[in-house]
Formats: sequence, structure tokens, C-alpha cells
Amino acid sequence: MGEVKRGYVRPLDLKHGCVDLTHGSGGRSMVQLISELFAKYLGNEYLGQGNDGAVLPAPTFNGRPGRIVMATDSHVVSPLFFPGGDIGCLSVHGTVNDVAVMGATPLYLAAGFILEEGFPLGDLARIVESMAAAAKEAGVPVVTGDTKVVERGKGDGVFITTTGVGVLPDGLDLGGSRARPGDVILVSGSLGDHGVAIMSKRENLTFEATIESDTAALNGLIAAMLATGAGLRCLRDPTRGGLAATLNEIAGQSGVGMMLYEKAIPVKPVVAAACEFLGLDPLYVANEGKLVVICNALDAELLLNAMRAHPLGRDACFIGDVIADDHHFVQMTTAFGGKRIVDWLAGDQLPRIC
Amino acid sequence: MKYVDEFRDGELAQNLARSIAATVEAGRNYSFMEFCGGHTHAISRYGLSELLPPTVRMVHGPGCPVCVLPIGRVDLAIRLTLEQGVILCTYGDTLRVPASDGLSLMKAKARGGDIRMVYSTTDALQIARDNPGREVVFFAIGFETTTPPTAVAIQLAAAEGLKNFTVLCCHVLTPAAISNILESPEVRQWGTVPLDGFIGPAHVSTVIGSRPYEFFAEEYRKPVVIAGFEPLDVMQAILMLVRQVNEGRAEVENEFARAVTRDGNLKAQDRVAEVFELRREFEWRGLSVVPYSALRIRAKYAGFDAERRFKLDYRSVPDNKACECGAILRGVKRPQDCKIFGTVCTPENPIGSCMVSSEGACAAHYSYGRYKDMH
Repeated sequence: MGEVKRGYVRPLDLKHGCVDLTHGSGGRSMVQLISELFAKYLGNEYLGQGNDGAVLPAPTFNGRPGRIVMATDSHVVSPLFFPGGDIGCLSVHGTVNDVAVMGATPLYLAAGFILEEGFPLGDLARIVESMAAAAKEAGVPVVTGDTKVVERGKGDGVFITTTGVGVLPDGLDLGGSRARPGDVILVSGSLGDHGVAIMSKRENLTFEATIESDTAALNGLIAAMLATGAGLRCLRDPTRGGLAATLNEIAGQSGVGMMLYEKAIPVKPVVAAACEFLGLDPLYVANEGKLVVICNALDAELLLNAMRAHPLGRDACFIGDVIADDHHFVQMTTAFGGKRIVDWLAGDQLPRIC
Repeated sequence: MKYVDEFRDGELAQNLARSIAATVEAGRNYSFMEFCGGHTHAISRYGLSELLPPTVRMVHGPGCPVCVLPIGRVDLAIRLTLEQGVILCTYGDTLRVPASDGLSLMKAKARGGDIRMVYSTTDALQIARDNPGREVVFFAIGFETTTPPTAVAIQLAAAEGLKNFTVLCCHVLTPAAISNILESPEVRQWGTVPLDGFIGPAHVSTVIGSRPYEFFAEEYRKPVVIAGFEPLDVMQAILMLVRQVNEGRAEVENEFARAVTRDGNLKAQDRVAEVFELRREFEWRGLSVVPYSALRIRAKYAGFDAERRFKLDYRSVPDNKACECGAILRGVKRPQDCKIFGTVCTPENPIGSCMVSSEGACAAHYSYGRYKDMH
């Protein structure tokens, strides 16, 4: 009989191994999964405390106490890996952005994983590694987490819920109810990239140029915009429902109307082509690394310059005006020269038949 | 985007708008029906009516595939999935068409029906190949545009000996619908629906050609201009219709010459004729029972006919009493004339089928144009 190494624990088999029910049962397997996978990639002093919750210093802003902003977002994207990203980095970006668009500096993240029995451990490692890289780049550590395993058929591989906490200086308010007639509407870059990247992967469509998701953390861009001192009214990241849903939301909250100029709205030719093909309208397609900005018209130039100086805002531009309208319609002057409403979507966008 | 932007050019649109304005005769009203939902969609989405003089009125026609699908047909599809456990493959916007008992295919899916959205009949065939132990039914709807792909799917399934694939055929015919409108008392006897001409279908005409419309131009003295689905196509067609009316002509003209010929796609027509035959009658939403207006699968391909395999028994179900879809599909009423438009009936909770697809007159007006009713 060969020599048995003392204290040796066979490591997780990331090549051939799969998630099984023991990984969620609270025993050694779970501890091993946490230490060899989650702690390995995401580790930091708070996560390393190893307690049921993370103990964190009270947040301050420039040395003064601020208000706490908290946001949560569940990620169920399919496919899990797509051009330009995966569910791991997406789950970091989504929540960091939800905190940052409030004007807050994102500080910490919590992550909850629901894993399906049979999910390859190698894929899980790729996802967690991507999450760690995104958290590092955004400068927002994952300080606490949770893992559950559900039986095969009761999940879709991996679901990730992340919760973010940030600090907001006193006096700053970027809520959706602050848009006023006369304000202008800006976007930080081309629309529809994320949704079309996902759809073309789902439908197995290939185009001459790959369409990559725009998934990115926007806290750096937002910090640069806030530093200008410009008269920002509200910020949003136009995720599900795209630009159309975001603007309808703000129009309703603020009790105003909007007028968009179709010619000014940036959509990449390859995204526009894919939308034609799939029967989608890019205004309703999700983005994961774009900002919609409503600001005082006088400060638009200042903000656009600050945005264009940041890599995530290079293509920032003006797309429309906030107007007075008792019906709170978002309207658009079409490139064709007519006018129409840009309404809420009833449900999912469904392709037309002919 | 190449080959698309050229047909959406704002400056050309302004030029055409000026030409139309200069061509209409003072004191004369023009009413044109765009038969197709594709045209309805283009008119609404690009805000085209703003570019037309007030004396030119566009009347929306019945050429929206999901709009003319009667409740009873959707009920058949729902029964197949919920009671017989088949995998039902369907095109996207059919999912939300209201059926009996407050159901739709979307709601039936939530109740456990295995309903899959497909982009083409090829997807449906693949699902059948991948699930040999399950019955797979393709819910075939649409006008002549979607009929040839269904015919090809049936022929492929026959050649492969695919035993678990069938088609619930609800394909309908454009000329029959146009005749029905032209024969309706509102147009023919009472004249309550003035119709000075038609914008003829785009994609349908690529298949059937321009010849079938010659009869309408001759018999009913109505000009027809076949037009593509891009907004400039529609503007150009309107200009051509105005000219015909002014000159007292009633001819078939082809604006969409880049895709439509007089004879159409003969190969596609052959495939359709090989697989399908005329139904004696078919119920349409809005037009009620129209003789010889739809297709069914020939006996030779009976094995691929879901109605035969599952012994389906069609039951007609009346529309909601308050719903004006019927009158709207015939051009007798406008969406905003319906009492429940925008109140009880919205795209979120459509009561009538015209509120479902963005090709439907009601959904198009609600989603793109209802600001005009309020200001």
C-alpha cells in the first residue's frame, strides 16, 4: 500500500467535476467549495472573516458621514456565457451600476448563488473568476455570500443575486422625479449591444462582425461626471426594456414628456442589422454598460466633454429634450420626418410574422 | 445599414410629401386601404401620416396574420398542447392572441403547455427530430408569404419519414379577403366606407405576383399599387394612387418592382399547390366565414395534418361583444372609434386581436400614434 499524505484533501475537480447536492448541504463539501472556489477568487479581508455576516466600517464620504444606498439585482441570463461577458461579471456590473446611478460610491457587494445539481465545476470557476475580475476592476469587493444547490431540473445552471451598498453624500439627489421641461437627454454610447449579443447567441445567428455585450461597471464614469459639478437631474442605466422603458419611467416619475430625435440616437450598424433580422426595435433592447443622463441644458456640453474623456463614454451624445406634456408621453421625431410615441413595451418584444 | 437606409431617407420623404401635396386636387378626398399589417406598421412606426395632406386618409386593412385568426383556431392550438401534450411550435406574435377562457398561447404556456416560439418552419422540424418520442405540431398561420415554407416543411418531413410532425394549417388567402371587403355592403352598396384604391401587399406579392390584383382593378374599378414595406415605398405608392385617381385610371401598378413580378414565384406556387388545396370555407376574425379563402392539407399529405391526426373539431367562438375588431379589419371603424380601445383593451391585456401584434391597427395606433387623439 502506498504512502498516504497526512492532511491531504483531494482538491475540487474543476476539469470533470459537477455541482452535487452535497455542495449545498452545510458539510465538508460545501466548505471545500467555498474555500477552493469562492474564497480563492473573491477573497478579501471581510470575506475572510468567515462569519455569518461581514462587519464593515461605517461608510463616509470625504471623511463625513453620508447616506447609505442599497440595491439588489438577480441575474438569470441565458446563455451564461455570451460574447463580451458572462453571468459572473454581469452580476457585479448590474448591481454596481444600480448603486452608482443614484450618485453613490459603491462600496461592498453581497452575492447569493443558486446552483443546479450537475452544473460543471469548471464553468462555475470561470464565472466566479470573471466576477472577481469585475469586482476588482470596479473597486467593489464581495464581502459576504451564500450558496444553495437545487436538484437537477429545478434551476438553469446558475442564478446569482447580488446586493450592493454605497455611500451617497448629503445634498446629492439623482432620483427619477427631477426631470424638468427644458432639460436635455444624453446617452453614454450606442444602444442595444447587450440584448442583441444575447439574442444572436440564443438564436445561433452569426454576423460578419461579432456583437459584444457592453457589460461594464459605470461607477468610474459617473464619478468623473459628478466631479464636473454639472447640474445633473437624474441618471439611469437602461437595462431591461432598453432606452424606451427607462425614459417612460422617468417621464412618469417626473410628470413630464420627452421628445427624442431618432437621427441622434446611436445604434451600431451591426446591431441595427441584427434587430431588423430578429424583428426587434433597438430602443427596447437591454444595455448593461450605458447611461441615460438628464441634465440642465446649459451643462450638457460640460457633461458630454467629461463623458467623452472616459473610455466608457467615448460615444456620448445628445438624443432629446424634456418637454411639458400632461400625458407624459415619450415621443420621437423619426429619421423619416414623422412623429410617433415610444411607448412602454407590453411584454417581451415578439417578432412579427411578415 | 445598406439596402435599408436608402428606403428610409428623410429628405426623399420630404420631397415625396411635397409631390403628394402638389398632386392632390383641391376639394377632393382620397381614402386608400393598405391591405397589409406590414404597411400599417411602417405608417405608424415612421410617423408617416404626418407627412400626408389632411385630405389623404389611410384605412387599415385585414392583412395582419394574427389579427384575422379567430378565437376558435387558437383554442384548437391550446387544446392540443394542454390536453394532448404536444409540443406546439408557433411564430412569435401569435403567442398573445386572446382565446377562450381568458387564455392565450402565452398563458397556456404558463399553465404547463409546451409551447415554443420559432423563427421558421425549419426550427419546428428540428424540434420534431430532436424529440422523437413527442408529437410536434407547427401552428401554421399567415397569408401567402408564410405558406411556401410550411409546404416545404411538410415535404421535407414526408421525405425524411418524420412521423411525429404535423401542421395545424390556418393559412389564408389575400385575394379572397380583398374580394370580401370590396363586396361588403359598406363599400359596394352604402358607400359608407369610401375606398379609392389599395396599397397592395409586399411580401405576399413576391409569391403570388401582381396578376391576381388585375381582377380587382378591372371588376371593381379600384387602382392597386403594390408597394414594399419600407416607408418610402409606402409614400411612393400613395403618390401613384393619387395620380391614378386624378386621371380616372384603375390599374395595377408595381412600386415594388425590385422584388415583385407579374407572375410571382412560380416554384413557391408549385410547392403550395402540391401540398395544399382550397378549403370550402374558413372563419376569419372580422370577416366571419369566407368561402374558398383558406388552405388545407391535401389527402396525399394527410399524415402531416394535425386536424386529421388529432381529430380536431373546429368550434366557432364569438368575439367579445364590445370589441370592434371586425369593423376595424373591414375598414368600417378606426381603432379610436372602439369604446374599449385604450381602456379595457390595451397591448398588455388585448381583448381583440387587432391589439396584439404591432401590425394590428389598434396596437399600432396605441403604441405609436395615440398622442394625436389627446392633443
